[in-house]
Amino acid sequence: MLYREAGQFKTTYVADQQIFPILQDRLFVLAVIVAAFLAVPMFASPYIYTEILIPFLILSMAAIGLNILVGYCGQVSLGTGGFMAVGAYAAYNLWLRVPELNNLIVVFLFGGVMAAAVGILFGIPSLRIKGFYLAVATLASQFFLDWLFARVKWLTNYTPSGSVAVGKLEVFGWHVDTPADRYLLILGLVVVATLVAKNLVRGHIGRSWMAIRDMDIAAEIIGFRPLRTKLTAFAVSSFFIGVAGAMWAFLRLGAWEPLAFDINRSFQILFMVIIGGLGSLIGSFLGAAFIVLMPILLNQLPGWFGVRMSTALLSHLEFMVFGAMIVFFLIVEPHGLARLWAVAKEKLRLWPFPH
Amino acid sequence: MLGPFLETLIGGLLTGVLYSLVALGFVLIFKASGVFNFAQGAMVLFAALTIARLSGEIDGKEVHLANFVVAAAILGVAVAFIGWYAWREYVARGAGPGERRKLQMLAAAGALVGGIAAYSYGKGAWPIWLAIAATAAIMGLLAYAIERLVLRHLVNQEGIILFMATLGIAYFLDGFGQTLWGSDIYKINLGLPKDPLFLFEGVFPGGLLVDPGELVAAAIAAGLVVVLAIFFQKTRVGRALRAVADDHAAAQSVGIPLNTIWLIVWTVSGLVALAAGLIWGAKLGVQFSISLIALKALPVLILGGFTSVPGAIVGGLIIGAGEKLSEVFLAPILVKQFDLAGGGIENWFAYMLALVFLLFRPQGLFGERIIERV
Repeated sequence: MLYREAGQFKTTYVADQQIFPILQDRLFVLAVIVAAFLAVPMFASPYIYTEILIPFLILSMAAIGLNILVGYCGQVSLGTGGFMAVGAYAAYNLWLRVPELNNLIVVFLFGGVMAAAVGILFGIPSLRIKGFYLAVATLASQFFLDWLFARVKWLTNYTPSGSVAVGKLEVFGWHVDTPADRYLLILGLVVVATLVAKNLVRGHIGRSWMAIRDMDIAAEIIGFRPLRTKLTAFAVSSFFIGVAGAMWAFLRLGAWEPLAFDINRSFQILFMVIIGGLGSLIGSFLGAAFIVLMPILLNQLPGWFGVRMSTALLSHLEFMVFGAMIVFFLIVEPHGLARLWAVAKEKLRLWPFPH
Repeated sequence: MLGPFLETLIGGLLTGVLYSLVALGFVLIFKASGVFNFAQGAMVLFAALTIARLSGEIDGKEVHLANFVVAAAILGVAVAFIGWYAWREYVARGAGPGERRKLQMLAAAGALVGGIAAYSYGKGAWPIWLAIAATAAIMGLLAYAIERLVLRHLVNQEGIILFMATLGIAYFLDGFGQTLWGSDIYKINLGLPKDPLFLFEGVFPGGLLVDPGELVAAAIAAGLVVVLAIFFQKTRVGRALRAVADDHAAAQSVGIPLNTIWLIVWTVSGLVALAAGLIWGAKLGVQFSISLIALKALPVLILGGFTSVPGAIVGGLIIGAGEKLSEVFLAPILVKQFDLAGGGIENWFAYMLALVFLLFRPQGLFGERIIERV
């Protein structure tokens, strides 16, 4: 009844090419953004900020980055954690060594650019290696980068434990100290990043990625250059992942060691992309929400029912339920939460008259 | 100079055999079902934990009696099934409609006998051969559950979905094994000799130091490879497996049941995981980190080719040797040159080796040539 495109005529090309061609979609997205900026800070507690909202937003951004590579360009990567680490440590070193540039936006962008450079480097094998061979080959970057940040002392500023910490964060004179401030900064960056990503994937470059994904030989024959297309996908994807890594380190952790970006992080982000839906930006958000919320729920669940368990048993059970849920979701909806979202929208269009 | 070099080389090759063993499990499943089975490492951990706890001395950390009874019941069912199958092959070929009933009775009887035996035996400290047999039966049941509950529902999905599903299985198995058996470090006592062995004392001053346990392990692995090769090349089931590996649709059209084949393949790779878990557990103790040897086996896999059994073996040897040699000879140079905080390059060296190799041969050492058509 409410959600109809009937009667919404496009009279200009600009109107026809907007991101959300349906008025109700535009209003909905606008309402979500406004609510996130204005309504959430009114009731959120520090716990909700640091344990739910901040991880959700940052990991969504990483998931968008990985989705560009896996979902849009079809190059499976298991090195996400490594690229996040590059972003984090590059940002850390700029922040540490060039105090004049103590502006988080600049620091994060630097982290992203460095991650993009490393991403291009490790993307080169994708020109020769395909499919699962590539997936395993990208693990090389994960392990190499893990090792690099654990062993090269200069990168961690010669701290004896190898763990580094940041303090005194500001953006154009705005001190980002409280969880609420951090949340707002992250939210702003994620909104901008999503907008950029959306415009990239629906434009010329995104179409060339999808052509390569669907069949790279055919795409090459009709004139897409695989070198440029694949490497831009690696670069853009790693840029997003690098910025997410820098945000994770600076705004979520504050003090970290390379273990924060180990292979489990890579798998976590890949889960988000798959569960959310390959080749879908809304899916990246839904997947991130799912993966962030589920362990928290699993942790709380026995307490609600008054069952007391040892922490070791609890963590094992958590592993089991997590694994079972993943398998269950893949069986029920292999196209991810984004597909459910699309189905719901489709149903809403017809509601309440199904024909 | 030659002495230490050879020593490292032999140590590396012996470790490499173990990598091959894990990689072999991957290859079997990938060949037969196109599933990139990330759960292989978790299966190794699960098998090792089961053996260790079934055969372990009672060490304060007690295992629930129910676990023993269930393990024995599963073993009983497996024995009953195998016996029934052999009898059917021998006496009457083909199962009639009334057979199903008989089969269920038989399974129940097997379970009962096994359960009673385990109960009267008391808890703890089974002899190692009994523990291994029970674990083998459990791995078979696990394969059945995976095929029935997961794979069957994911037929015709893309490779990456199947891969993610096996990641989910890996998480589940890691949690399940530790819930069932506890998460401390356990020992498997195979009775392997511990004293170091010196070889070729006449050729080199002091001889070459070799761990006899590793030699035995390598021998077991080599034996397993031979058995598998015979199984694949000479038996009827092996031929069916190769047919499925070549072409699913064609195999199905000549009457090879795909689901049964998958069950067999997962069982076989479960048994390979058992062997790997046994050897690793005896060498390093059973703990969670065993599950990570899957990550060690992956470069072996891409180096050798996903679909090649000889590739898994040769790749394992190359990776094992390369890893150890690089750690002993290359790492100190790197550490000195770049002022690093310690070596530890073996974590990534194998991957880099495989990666560089792949740039020249994208299908791996023995992989099938990739032919692409539009």
